[in-house]
Amino acid sequence: MAAGIEQRAGARVDVDTPAISLRGVVKRFGAIVAVDGLQLEVPTGVCFGLLGPNGAGKSTTMRMLTAQALADEGEIEVLGYRLPAESKQSRMEMGVVPQLDNLDVELTCRQILTVFARLYRVPASERGTAVQRALELANLVGRADTIVRELSGGMRRRLLVARGLIHQPRLVLLDEPTVGLDPQVRQELWSLIDGLRAGGVTVLMSTHYIEEAERLADVVAVMSHGKIVAQGTPAELVRAHAGEQVIEVYGPPEQLAQLGELAAAKGWQSRRSGPALAIMHAETLDGEAPEGVRRPASLEDAFVALTGEEIE
Amino acid sequence: MSVRAEASGAQGRARRIGRLEPAALAAVMSRDVVIFGRYWKATTFSSIVQPTIYLLAFGLGFGTLVKTIGHVKTIEYIATGTVATAVLFSSAFPGMFNTFIRWQFQRTYDAMLATPLDVEELITAEILWISLRAGVYGLAPLIVGLAFGLQPEWGMLLVPAIGFLTGFGFAAFGVLVAAIAKTIDNFNYITSAVLTPMFLVAGTFFPVSALPAGVRQVAQVNPLYHCVQLVRDASLGTLHLGDLGHAGVLLAFALLMWRLAIWQLGRRLID
Repeated sequence: MAAGIEQRAGARVDVDTPAISLRGVVKRFGAIVAVDGLQLEVPTGVCFGLLGPNGAGKSTTMRMLTAQALADEGEIEVLGYRLPAESKQSRMEMGVVPQLDNLDVELTCRQILTVFARLYRVPASERGTAVQRALELANLVGRADTIVRELSGGMRRRLLVARGLIHQPRLVLLDEPTVGLDPQVRQELWSLIDGLRAGGVTVLMSTHYIEEAERLADVVAVMSHGKIVAQGTPAELVRAHAGEQVIEVYGPPEQLAQLGELAAAKGWQSRRSGPALAIMHAETLDGEAPEGVRRPASLEDAFVALTGEEIE
Repeated sequence: MSVRAEASGAQGRARRIGRLEPAALAAVMSRDVVIFGRYWKATTFSSIVQPTIYLLAFGLGFGTLVKTIGHVKTIEYIATGTVATAVLFSSAFPGMFNTFIRWQFQRTYDAMLATPLDVEELITAEILWISLRAGVYGLAPLIVGLAFGLQPEWGMLLVPAIGFLTGFGFAAFGVLVAAIAKTIDNFNYITSAVLTPMFLVAGTFFPVSALPAGVRQVAQVNPLYHCVQLVRDASLGTLHLGDLGHAGVLLAFALLMWRLAIWQLGRRLID
């Protein structure tokens, strides 16, 4: 990444300027407060995971970053540009991979990529190369002239990603990139996202899959009910909110329920984890801890401790 | 395969950002061109066949009963009137249906608005494309008319421009309807209660002077009426100063509908 300061059409950008900055952002839809005083900063060059259950406000946040939703309160800056006034400039340098498939079913892969290359103002002389590169990235060279309607779900998702990267943006927003995909396609997309990080692109990825956040993100912010409730590297979050070890106690549901009440009374953090009750910060409980299996604490434990939501 | 960030792109990307950028409009229209390329036969067929049938039925049918309508030969009257219906139907319907489908079902507009494209550019480009097509399709009845005795006139070269201007207003009107309609079935109301009377009370097949006084007033505010007068005068070599008034009404209609369409659809595209 270039060091120092770049001057560009009114925006001063240096590597200390965060790629994304949201301060006190509020967004309401009628009586529902989707985003409730959001405070978030994504440093340049980082893969930033926005982890939260469905309904946490992640998609609304993504829409505000492209100015397709307007904040009711607060300030938003993307790549040094103030939103929504300078949103168009920011979108020149930003790629978006949405959650819902909004591909043109009537067009071929090549046609879609060409249209978007034009929308992103890729110069005419470079368009052909850009389209070819995108097709290679998405592993769709053999399907370049196939209509989208005839592609499989995984291919469509890869095309969706390639479409957002056609102009080689500095910042990419991925909204739930692997939801609904089978494991193989998920792995392919994960390598692609890893490749982005290696190339120095800043990535903001929203997800409700713990494993995805753990694997790909350098920094994870846990979002719940429209706010960030915790932020840090996956390891920091685990240590802070679930400790180092967890004791899993197995037993019949009534026994676990009783144990859960006991734990709450003693101020222990616990959660149901399938057929077991997991008690966190187990390393601090020596002597008092019930019988059970010890295992290392995971991001999933931390997530449930923070949001109170069960993972699917 | 890795993707490199183009940090050095900063210099290249310091381009002028403005409203209604030609590059943005061209990009949106390029998509329309590609889709047209796939479906041009069906699109052209549906835009040309219906007005041609009207022309042949009324022209030949009435042509035997009535030799002139006003001062104009029947075939000339009907052919020039049908130009307006061709323009109306090839602009209002795509305005309504394409917009609704792309917006609600395909979410195409959502995808495009994540790029450096704003709502004004998107909607204007869609309207422009429809208008260009409408201008061209408006020529079809004239060409058919030529085969049936219509005399060629230099003024006919103005017809695509008149069709474009009229089509712009009606395409924008279609976009406005699509923005406001709750479901695609609501379009039936507009088709039956607005568009159908509109193309009948415009001097298309019979003069409005034949109608009761109240209805004649309606014709004055009907943009299609002004389109018909303009097309007729241009195609028959009878252009006069009053035609500027007709053009003025069409221009005002186009501008008004354009802004209303952007306002209403814009409100719904951006939360």
